[in-house]
Amino acid sequence: MVRKVYMVSGGVSKFTKARKDKTFQAIVKEAYDYTVSNLKIPRKEIHQRIEATTASYFSDHFTRQLMAGIMVQDYLGLIPKPSKRIEGGGATGGLNFQTAYESIASERFGLVLAYGFETMSHVNTWKGNEFIALASDVSFDYPVGGFYSGYYAQMCVRHMYEFGTTVEQLAYVSIKNHRNAMFNPYAQKSGRLTVQDVRKAQMVAWPLTRLDICVMSDGAAAVLLADEDTAFELTDTPIEITGVGTGTDAMRMADRPHKDVLLLPHEKTEDYIGERFVGGKLNYPGIHSFRAGRMAAIEAYKNAKITDPLKQIDFAEVHDAYTSSELQTIEDLGFCKYGESGKFTEEGNTFMPGIDYGLDLPKQGTIPVNPSGGLIACGHPVGATGLMQAVFAFWQLQGTIKKHFVAAGMSEEKASVLQLNNPKRGLIHSHAGTGTYVTVSILERPKDVEIVDQ
Amino acid sequence: MAIKKDPNAKLPEDWRNMPGTVVFNLPFPKEWEDDDLKGMQPIIIRFDYSISYHHSYGQDSPWFAAIANGELIGTKCPECGFTTANPKLACQECGAETKWVKLPKEGKLHSFTVCYFGAEKFLDETPYILGLIELEGVDTLLLTRILGLDPNEPSLDWIGMKMKAKFRKLSQLNPTDVYFVPAED
Ligand SMILES: [Zn+2]
Repeated sequence: MVRKVYMVSGGVSKFTKARKDKTFQAIVKEAYDYTVSNLKIPRKEIHQRIEATTASYFSDHFTRQLMAGIMVQDYLGLIPKPSKRIEGGGATGGLNFQTAYESIASERFGLVLAYGFETMSHVNTWKGNEFIALASDVSFDYPVGGFYSGYYAQMCVRHMYEFGTTVEQLAYVSIKNHRNAMFNPYAQKSGRLTVQDVRKAQMVAWPLTRLDICVMSDGAAAVLLADEDTAFELTDTPIEITGVGTGTDAMRMADRPHKDVLLLPHEKTEDYIGERFVGGKLNYPGIHSFRAGRMAAIEAYKNAKITDPLKQIDFAEVHDAYTSSELQTIEDLGFCKYGESGKFTEEGNTFMPGIDYGLDLPKQGTIPVNPSGGLIACGHPVGATGLMQAVFAFWQLQGTIKKHFVAAGMSEEKASVLQLNNPKRGLIHSHAGTGTYVTVSILERPKDVEIVDQ
Repeated sequence: MAIKKDPNAKLPEDWRNMPGTVVFNLPFPKEWEDDDLKGMQPIIIRFDYSISYHHSYGQDSPWFAAIANGELIGTKCPECGFTTANPKLACQECGAETKWVKLPKEGKLHSFTVCYFGAEKFLDETPYILGLIELEGVDTLLLTRILGLDPNEPSLDWIGMKMKAKFRKLSQLNPTDVYFVPAED
C-alpha cells in the first residue's frame, strides 16, 4: 500500500495570448510565489523545505531552448535539489502532477513542487499549429495535412455518425465553458454566447468553428504536494489525492482498433449491443472514443473506490481543447454511457447550478464539468494546463475559490459564483493529442476537514 | 612558456551577418532608479531557424516505394492476424514481427473533415479534405487526402461512400503519393 498524498497549495499565472514582459522562468516564478505564499509556515521556510521538483513543458520548439526546465529550477532558487522534466503532449501537466504524487507515495520525498509552463506566443498561430502537428506521426500523418483541429474534427464527425451527436450539442459545451469563465479572473477569454454565435463563427475544420477550439496561450502553474504530516503542518485544509490513473493509445488515430468496450464497474456488456449501434455492437474505441481516457478512469476509480462516478464525483475539470473532446471525455469517464454525451450535455447535466446560460436546461448541475471554463476559455499553455486544472479543483474542494478570485481582482459578488456547495470529490483529466496519453486524478477533501468560507 | 597573443583579433565588421536584429539608438537613461528599469518595455528580437533533416523511413520504406509505384501494401501479424494499413513491423496487439501484405485499392470513407485552416506548411492548400478509409480485411484505417468532393458542401452522407485509391504521377515520396477519390458505381 502506498502512503497518502495531499495537495497543500497551488498557483496560476493569468494565461494570456502573449507575455512579452517576462521570460518563461519569470512566469513560472509568479505561479510559484503564489503557491508558497498561502500557507501556515512562512514562504522562506517552505522554500527551504521543498525536497524536489518536477517540471512540465511540451514543446522545445516554442521556446527554441532545450533544457528549459533547469533554467526554471535555477531561476526559482531551487538548485541543487532533485528535479526532472515530464513530457507527454497535451497531458504533460497531468503526467507531471502524477509524477509528483508518485514521488511522495513511494516515500522518496515528503514535500514536492510540480511546476509547468508553455510560451506559445513566440511564433505566429499557424506556425504554432505546425509545431503542435509535429506531435503527430511525421512520416504518415503530418505530411497529409498535419493539423490537430483536422484530426479532432474527423473524430467528431464519426461521433456524430455513430451516435447522432449534433453541432448544436457541441455548441452547448462552448456556451457553458465561456459563460463559466466570466466568473474566473484567471480565464483568457469568456463571454455569453448563443448556439448561433458558435455556429456562425469562422469554420476551422468542419464541423468545428473557432468557438469550438481553444487558443494558444502563455502561462504557468504550480502545485505543492506533501505527505500527511507535512500537509497538515502547512495547511488546515489539505486535499487528498485518492486515485491516479493513466492510459495510452496508438499515436496514429487511424491505428486505433475496433473491439469491445472497456467497461467501468457500473456498465454491462449489453449496454453496447443493439440496433442503435452501427453494425449492431459498439466498435471500440475506433476514432469516436478515447480508450486511453477510459483506461485512466478505470485505474483512478479503482484506487479511489469509485463505482458510480455520476453519484460519487461532484465536479470535473476535463480536457476540452475541442468541444467535441469534452463530449467524448465525459463518456470515457462514465458520467453517461458511450454515445449519450450530446443529450446528457443538452439536458444541462454538465452545467453549473445557479448560472443563467440563456438555455433551457432541465437537468442543470448534476455534475458540473469545467466549472473553471476549461481549456477553451482559460487557455491551454500545454505544460501548465494539467496543473491549472489541479489548482482550480483544489480551491473548489477547499472552498477557497472566492478568496483566490478576489485576490486576482474580481468583485466579491462575482468571485463566489463558481464555488460549488460543499463539494467533496473532484476529478481532473489531462489529455494528449487525439487521446495518446490521458491522465485522470481524483482529489478529495478528507472527512475530518471542514470546507473553508461557505 | 610565453602566452601567445593575437594582436589582429577583432569582432566581425559586417553586422548584417550577425544573428538577431541590430537596433540603433536604443535609449538608456543616464540617471535611473531600479523601478525605471523594471518598467522598461521588453526588447523583442527576431530569430530565424531553418533546418534540413535527412529523415529515414527506415523499416517502413517499402510502403513508400509501393505507393510511388501505384501499389498499396500494409502489414499483417502471422500470430494474431491483426492487419494495418500504415505499416507496423511489430504487431501493436501482440508484439510479434509482422509480414508485408498487399492491400485493396478500394474502400469506404469512415470519417472526414474539411480543413479551412491548417499548419503554416499547408495554409496555401486550404480548403482541403482529410479522410480515413476503411479497407476490406484491414483492422486499421488509412489517413489520406480526399479529392473529387466539394469542400464547400461537407455532409455526413459522405460517410460510407465507396472510394478508390489514386496515385500521384510524380512521386514525392510522401504519404500524399496516394489519395482517394469517389469510386464510380
Ligand atoms: Zn499480433
